[in-house]
Amino acid sequence: MDVAAALARLAPRLSPSATTAVNARRLSGGASLETWAFDLDDGTPLILRRRPDGAAPRETAPGLAVEAALIVAAARTGAPVPVVVHVCEPDDGLGEAFVMRRLEGETLGKRIVRDAAFDDVRPGLAWRCGHVLAQIHAAPMADLPPLATSDARGELARYEEIYRQMDAERPVFEAAFRWLEAAAPDPVAPVLVHGDFRNGNLMIHPEGGLVGVLDWELAHLGDPAEDLGWICVNSWRFGAWRRPVGGFGDYQALLDGYAEAGGREIPLARLQIWQALGSLKWGVMCLMMYASFANGTDPSIERAMIGRRVSETEIDLVRLMETMA
Amino acid sequence: MITCPTAAELQTALDAFDRRDGPPDGRHVFLTRVADNARALLAREAALRETAEAEETERLSTLLGADGDFRELNRHLCQALRSGAIAPRDPALLAHLRATAIARIAVDQPSYCGLEALLDA
Repeated sequence: MDVAAALARLAPRLSPSATTAVNARRLSGGASLETWAFDLDDGTPLILRRRPDGAAPRETAPGLAVEAALIVAAARTGAPVPVVVHVCEPDDGLGEAFVMRRLEGETLGKRIVRDAAFDDVRPGLAWRCGHVLAQIHAAPMADLPPLATSDARGELARYEEIYRQMDAERPVFEAAFRWLEAAAPDPVAPVLVHGDFRNGNLMIHPEGGLVGVLDWELAHLGDPAEDLGWICVNSWRFGAWRRPVGGFGDYQALLDGYAEAGGREIPLARLQIWQALGSLKWGVMCLMMYASFANGTDPSIERAMIGRRVSETEIDLVRLMETMA
Repeated sequence: MITCPTAAELQTALDAFDRRDGPPDGRHVFLTRVADNARALLAREAALRETAEAEETERLSTLLGADGDFRELNRHLCQALRSGAIAPRDPALLAHLRATAIARIAVDQPSYCGLEALLDA
């Protein structure tokens, strides 16, 4: 498919003063979803998110039209998100896709954690993440498209089943499943959970800080502590492991921001159980991506190599099993 | 034996990448970097695998009080954990898991900060 040509045809519907699209380029990244940056000839900077031709949607993901609806709902809570411009229809010739405004800033965790350009915003970022999560978690249910509901035990059972299907024989995962099954927090009244709130999906501006929460494809209803634990998974600290929140902040700042924005009280221990569950989930997800290489669905070197990231989750889980109460 | 993927699978993916001419877009630049990482990983694995596997097998044998090859013993451990015969935070188990995790990360991703965190604990 010629994405650039399809975008050029769509341009007048994206902005009344545009006649065509220019500079369409695919951004680096995953194979399950394409992200394209492009501009309209009136200067409007935009992003296209689309399912690649022939790619199966993520098994539990609600789809891109639902993702667009969630971004609109999140915007109403005051959380920073991109403006959705257009949800694609079959006649647009782009498949399952939507168009949103392109935000200025950085998503690469390595730069956010280390570059001097972010020195000014970094100290307040964990608090701000807590604040924004409380806004998201307060989204009225009536505003939301239909979503799946899950809790800690449900997530564990789902990922253990996936792990069993792969016949991978990883003792750290076997131990972690049994440990977390016994330690899993009881369910609470479910809220809108972003489901992938971490470096990579957070647009950070050198002056404005967190200006956009991206990639709502894994959103669901569940335990608010899931989002707070996920951003503390060591895999997204980019070397800065002593700063548990995304490599840029402390647990307490995250929890303070959350409480000050009206979020319900979340004990640190509950957050850390979700953090450990997050490492385990990320490990199983790496195995799943490896499996898509092994069965020929995606024979890319990227999919092969991600299987070797399982050991990073194992080393993190060993540390958590050694040190947590 | 390090799996998911094995070194042979990784080499196959690398060979396929090297044979292909991709368009010089962002995706190709990204994959080129991934391929370079894969080559470095394979070199580390060639240097470290034999010793790491022998040591892991020996630890498994001591932990389980049983003899066997790596695959048999590792499966035995997985089953013991699944059934509850070994508790998930048993100190002897954690000592084995710690040593194994350290040996694996030395091959897969020696600069990963979780190693420093673990050694600091």
